[in-house]
Amino acid sequence: MVLFDESYKALQDRLHSKDLSVTELIDEVYENIEKIDGSIHAFLTLNEEVAHEQARALDAESGQAHKALFGLPVGVKDNIVTKGLKTTAASQILANFEPLYDATVVERIQDQQGIVIGKLNMDEFAMGSSNENSSFYTTRNPWDLNRVPGGSSGGSAAAVAARMVPFSLGSDTGGSIRQPAAFCGVVGMKPTYGRVSRSGLIAFASSLDQIGPLTTTVENNAHLLQAICGVDPQDSTSAAIDVPDFTKALTGEVRGLRIAVPKEYLDEGISEGVSLAVKKAIAQLESLGAFVEEVSLPHSKYAVATYYLLASSEASANLARFDGVRYGMRIEADNLVDMYKQTRSEGFGAEVKRRIMLGTFMLSSGYHDAYYQKAQKVRTLIKRDFEKIFENFDVVIGPTTHTTAFKLREKIDNPLAMYANDILTIPVNLAGLPAISVPCGLAEGLPVGLQIIGKPFDEATVYRTAHAYEQTVNFKLAPSLEGVNA
Amino acid sequence: MNFETIIGLEVHVELKTHSKIFCGCSTEFGAPPNTHTCSVCLGHPGVLPVLNKQAVDFAMRAAMALNCEITTDTKFDRKNYFYPDNPKAYQISQFDKPIGEHGYIEIEVGGRRKRIGITRLHLEEDAGKLTHTEEGSLVDFNRVGTPLIEIVSEPDMRTPEEAYAYLEKLKAIMQYTGVSDCKMEEGSLRCDANLSLRPYGQEMFGTKTELKNLNSFSYVQKGLEFEQVRQERVLLTGGVIGQETRRFDEATKETILMRVKEGSDDYRYFPEPDLVKLHIDDAWKEKVRTEIPELPDARKERYINEFGIPAYDATVLTQTKSIADFFENTIQAGADSKQAGNWLMGEVSAYLNNENKEIEDVPLTSESLAKMIQLIEKGTLSSKLAKKVFKELITTGGDPEKIVQEKGLVQISDEGALKDIIIPLLDANNQSIIDYKNGKDRALGFLVGQVMKLTKGQANPPMVNKIILEEMEKR
Repeated sequence: MVLFDESYKALQDRLHSKDLSVTELIDEVYENIEKIDGSIHAFLTLNEEVAHEQARALDAESGQAHKALFGLPVGVKDNIVTKGLKTTAASQILANFEPLYDATVVERIQDQQGIVIGKLNMDEFAMGSSNENSSFYTTRNPWDLNRVPGGSSGGSAAAVAARMVPFSLGSDTGGSIRQPAAFCGVVGMKPTYGRVSRSGLIAFASSLDQIGPLTTTVENNAHLLQAICGVDPQDSTSAAIDVPDFTKALTGEVRGLRIAVPKEYLDEGISEGVSLAVKKAIAQLESLGAFVEEVSLPHSKYAVATYYLLASSEASANLARFDGVRYGMRIEADNLVDMYKQTRSEGFGAEVKRRIMLGTFMLSSGYHDAYYQKAQKVRTLIKRDFEKIFENFDVVIGPTTHTTAFKLREKIDNPLAMYANDILTIPVNLAGLPAISVPCGLAEGLPVGLQIIGKPFDEATVYRTAHAYEQTVNFKLAPSLEGVNA
Repeated sequence: MNFETIIGLEVHVELKTHSKIFCGCSTEFGAPPNTHTCSVCLGHPGVLPVLNKQAVDFAMRAAMALNCEITTDTKFDRKNYFYPDNPKAYQISQFDKPIGEHGYIEIEVGGRRKRIGITRLHLEEDAGKLTHTEEGSLVDFNRVGTPLIEIVSEPDMRTPEEAYAYLEKLKAIMQYTGVSDCKMEEGSLRCDANLSLRPYGQEMFGTKTELKNLNSFSYVQKGLEFEQVRQERVLLTGGVIGQETRRFDEATKETILMRVKEGSDDYRYFPEPDLVKLHIDDAWKEKVRTEIPELPDARKERYINEFGIPAYDATVLTQTKSIADFFENTIQAGADSKQAGNWLMGEVSAYLNNENKEIEDVPLTSESLAKMIQLIEKGTLSSKLAKKVFKELITTGGDPEKIVQEKGLVQISDEGALKDIIIPLLDANNQSIIDYKNGKDRALGFLVGQVMKLTKGQANPPMVNKIILEEMEKR
């Protein structure tokens, strides 16, 4: 859909001048979803009735100042709660769950006159890197329907890549925004931990989870983050730090920017196509006047193990509330313990159960110190690696993923291969840093993502770098949607 | 007893903040089930806890009043367990950094003072309340998220009476600081007791049992007394004490095995990632310290020095803050301190015990009690008639002066009026005068009794005595 290749500004100008009504825009969104999503499977639930109502209300509004997201369609990952709109986290245990409240990010989108289009597919409880762990259906990669869109925010990335929505929200615990953004050729930002409220995000690993935007362009991305971020009294871990105007950073200027390229991020594990595209992108930034130097993140090799210990431990507690007592699925049984067991056995998928068991084990007395405590210490070391580099550099750049999107079922039977998939994105979550994945070309016809990591709360520099790169390259990356039933 | 008894107590006290510890719901007791709940305290997907600062202030105040050191850098932890009263399947509590540590309470048993150590005091959230019916179990989540402090004592108590005294003192301190009502019947104070025996002289502790379902302080004492005897019997017959949890049965006053503990429960504690670490700086500590009112021991000393009342009276009067306040207000309103104390420890206390009521629940006010005491002092009201007035004051209230007037209870202390009664009486009872003069003291008693009868008890007895003697002397 051509509309969504227009910039935020162009789209807003048309809506403000009523050259395009909000209703027309929303109609077109749903028509397009109707046409395409039968092949992509990005949406789990549509919010059509309410969206149309909101569109009509916005169209009827006259003379009032338009807010930042006036009439703009936003898709929301299904682990972000929406009042009265089914929210499942792609799990059977919440298959019919209707939340009683809106997540803070959803409230903020609505406050800014944005329109929630529907809920996007994901790996169950955000655990996975391919979307194959959705308990409903697997989202396909719009570039190649036989390939995964990445995960866990696969629906959020695929919906934007297929131009069904120009904006979506995902969540990123170990790469769940950036990896699918890379696989689907869109821009995905994981903000600094604490930049965006987690209130209403169904927790996977509370100390790592962060909500962020997925969009077609860096500019669009900055606008959506601007609307949703900032301190929230409902989330004690949200940071009371001033939010700059991110769009002011989009100057196209990177002269003198100090870029660190960790050698561990471009070693033998990286596919040739990805390596080539990323090196080309770094050279491009250098040609724009940035200063590039190779550095080392010596503890990053422990990141995957550390992550799976900590994230699974937190998840084992976070997911304990799904017990069949108050809401969600319940399998009746003769006694309480059997009810718990049967409900959770049937309600959770294999990967979720694997991580709950892993986490429960890690936290058990006798193992707690050897695993959980030790992992916390390694986390600190990984964080220090970055702190040291940021004493002399503005951003750290490398690939988002080792390879381009892999085939469906290629890794589903090998959890360790699937986990290793996140090795380049996980250290960022452990360190709580902001990082973006921005498309940097194709390798064998599939998108490659460039990962730009910034200092804590310096999303502005990350955006500036990504934007400058995006502008000079100026390729319009959109899938041809070949094979999609139109 | 061949063994030394070792007792330690774990007490949970609900803090009377307006709202819950991690959400805005009311903590009011007695509301219809599940009406003080929200997405946060029901543990709905995506909710996050936000710490209520007042709960921290109250916990600090309680910890300071128990002579604890306040932890500067503290945090919350998740305690994981599945149970229907626990909506998140973890309780937010404090594991290795309790808000207060190393405190103590002074108790007095049989005239001997003793210091009982407080190991720790930590802040946590309360669970919901389960009701088991024939058709199934019901859960009320109103209580879930009520701020709770858990106070763990050192195993310093050696007798069930000491445990009782510890609880009385702990309750008094909590009430004085204003952090809790400590009403056991409403569950705002709950107690578990641990007891073990060891041969005298042995350093190592024996295996302990944990007692639950102790719904009053006297049940704590009775349960411990039973358990002490039971354990001794087991040990003396060559048995072994199992590490177990036992329930106190209120009907039989016995402890009954609930479950055997194998090792310690594994709650898989880890730091609560949804809350930031809590730093309590000196300024905060000082501010809370200034909010601590005069505590029972200090008040007791003051009563002895300022009002000159006996130490025993001062102890009794300061046991609950409400009685102590009432006592002081009565003196403030003009009553003699000794008299005010006697009335409160005597008639008032007897009435309250009998009716199972608190001083706040009766119409008697410190002003009305003071006025009544003053009427007695002035001679307007006899001690005997005062009991009638008191009954009126404590059951329906009112102004003592008016009650005395309306009910015709004014004491007749007018000499002329009394003579008008006594002279004709003596005229008619010449034999009694003769008897008295012949050394029969009983005759005087008879004559006084007649006067009281004629005046319906209103005559001032010492005056009646005096006038009769004077008049008989004249004859």
